[in-house]
Amino acid sequence: MGRTLAEKVWERHVVRRADGEPDLLYIDLHLIHEVTSPQAFDGLRMAGRKVRRPELTIATEDHNVPTVLGPIADPVSKAQVETLRKNAAEFGVRLHPMGDAGQGVVHIIGPQFGLTQPGMTIVCGDSHTSTHGAFGGIAFGIGTSEVEHVLATQTLPAYRPKTMAIEVSGELPFGVTAKDLILAIIAKIGTGGGQGHIIEYRGEAVRKLSMEGRMTVCNMSIEAGARAGMIAPDETTFAYLRGRPHAPTGEAWDAAVEYWKSLRTDDDAVFDTVVEIDASALSPFVTWGTNPGQGAPLNTAIPAPEETSDTAAARRALDYMALRPGTPLSEIEVDTVFVGSCTNGRLEDLRAAADILRGRKVTTRTLIVPGSMQVKAEAEAEGLHEVFQAAGAEWRQAGCSMCLGMNPDTLAPGERSASTSNRNFEGRQGKGGRTHLVSPAVAAATAVTGRLTAPADL
Amino acid sequence: MEAFTTHTGRAVPLRRSNVDTDQIIPAVWLKQVSRTGFERGLFAAWREDPEFVLNDPAYAGASILVSGPDFGTGSSREHAVWALQQYGFRAVIAARFGDIFRNNSTKMGLLPVVLPAEKVEALQSAVEADPSTEVTVDLVERQVRWGGETAGFEIDDYTRWRLLEGLDDIGLTLTHADDITEYENGRQPWLPTTV
Repeated sequence: MGRTLAEKVWERHVVRRADGEPDLLYIDLHLIHEVTSPQAFDGLRMAGRKVRRPELTIATEDHNVPTVLGPIADPVSKAQVETLRKNAAEFGVRLHPMGDAGQGVVHIIGPQFGLTQPGMTIVCGDSHTSTHGAFGGIAFGIGTSEVEHVLATQTLPAYRPKTMAIEVSGELPFGVTAKDLILAIIAKIGTGGGQGHIIEYRGEAVRKLSMEGRMTVCNMSIEAGARAGMIAPDETTFAYLRGRPHAPTGEAWDAAVEYWKSLRTDDDAVFDTVVEIDASALSPFVTWGTNPGQGAPLNTAIPAPEETSDTAAARRALDYMALRPGTPLSEIEVDTVFVGSCTNGRLEDLRAAADILRGRKVTTRTLIVPGSMQVKAEAEAEGLHEVFQAAGAEWRQAGCSMCLGMNPDTLAPGERSASTSNRNFEGRQGKGGRTHLVSPAVAAATAVTGRLTAPADL
Repeated sequence: MEAFTTHTGRAVPLRRSNVDTDQIIPAVWLKQVSRTGFERGLFAAWREDPEFVLNDPAYAGASILVSGPDFGTGSSREHAVWALQQYGFRAVIAARFGDIFRNNSTKMGLLPVVLPAEKVEALQSAVEADPSTEVTVDLVERQVRWGGETAGFEIDDYTRWRLLEGLDDIGLTLTHADDITEYENGRQPWLPTTV
């Protein structure tokens, strides 16, 4: 019987297999940020251990950093960032600190440097590590104990998850994006639908996505409960990687591409679970509740809790969100629009927002936050910052920003946002804040009207 | 890691689904660089509500949390496990867990117990009817027992053994250091380094 892409990549990384034990899996790349690493480095220090492969490890500062110029004002955030600097220096790990041209959100910089390549195993103490699966590797989030384990051994003991195919047939209609697709998938299978699985996204609509779009889809695999998400590498992947600083060159490139072309699910392979979705039936999608599965097409109304799969959760969510069933989603007014994050902070996302905002004015507070300093430089080279500033939006420095309420960019209690980030959990963007997840295009259109708006309705 | 064999204590019913790790410990608490003090942040936003079940004196001192399905979804923050443990919980029972949370729990000795939804419901009802109900979570027998009821649960043999013995994963893995070196010698030459 043939093998799935996930099985091929997994098998290639098994260091040791024994009956009744998890596989010992080799890790090709370990990404680090300031929040989930300090206790791991402490553990190494207490045990007198070193980082086994510092040259397979890279660190950045992203969660705590302010996105306006200047030092970190919060002493606790500052101490955490300084701890990372001390640890990186002591253990010999490459670090991109605030202000560095290579700094950015951890899941933006890996692909940007060409460090994320097909067929690799990649981990980080961050659930959105699933982003990197867009290149056809296995990438997943881990906790701090596992961060310490990878630092010390460059391996992880793990059972191979089950495999799930999400077959996306047809083509996404004009104006419908990767973000709308993944929000629709999560609404369909639920926040626990992918639990215990690695998802492989397949089908015509997936093949036609850019690398940026594929990263957006894989990024939110965790929101469907999956361990990881992946997409088989193809010419789009190779074209993205060619010429990046850490991509192979010359004969090594040719050898790598030959191998990468073998990284696809065999025709006779069998997935544990198969989900089908018709891309041509999709339209701009937004969330109305407090988990990413509570979403609906923007041109519909807030459902009655009894019509949802979890009535009690929907009631609770609508209460928190201060919303009533039957209200058209397009009538929901917001206070803040956020474009950025590891989900939608790449150049293509900024271009999509700029295309809507060009020649228009925003009517709400609008933060545009590039995912990395390089994305910022590229956007500015195209003049996108001028489009944003002319529209009245704020053009910021790189960081996680308003995705998660750990830095100065937050919602005040009761405030409501349209956000291109990945989680609409209670208080995620600041205590008492209310979040609607949207695509960059919907975020920009919403900034213009002040209520959830599809670009086509401007 | 703290070993887990069997534990008997009282239980708190948390009748909510999708209890994500942002609720278990909000991000503002993650700025600490130490491993202690997280109990103060446990369910910090929800605990401001006097009606929240953890504020009910009837459940003071309980050491087993019985939650709705999809407990521990979302962020990979192990701080969620630390907060639960430091607050005094030894086990969490739910019909389904977020994968990363469950993994993190077993690394720390907080036992995540998967029971069928109807058993979770029965246990929640039992401890709501009588908060002093003694609940035993028995990893040796793979059972949860309360008031004459017994519910079996599954856990793989390897994880169970590690928990029973309180073994540190890194120490176990380093006994296979030669295998790791051998694997490294065969890695594809084009794979990137960060230097």
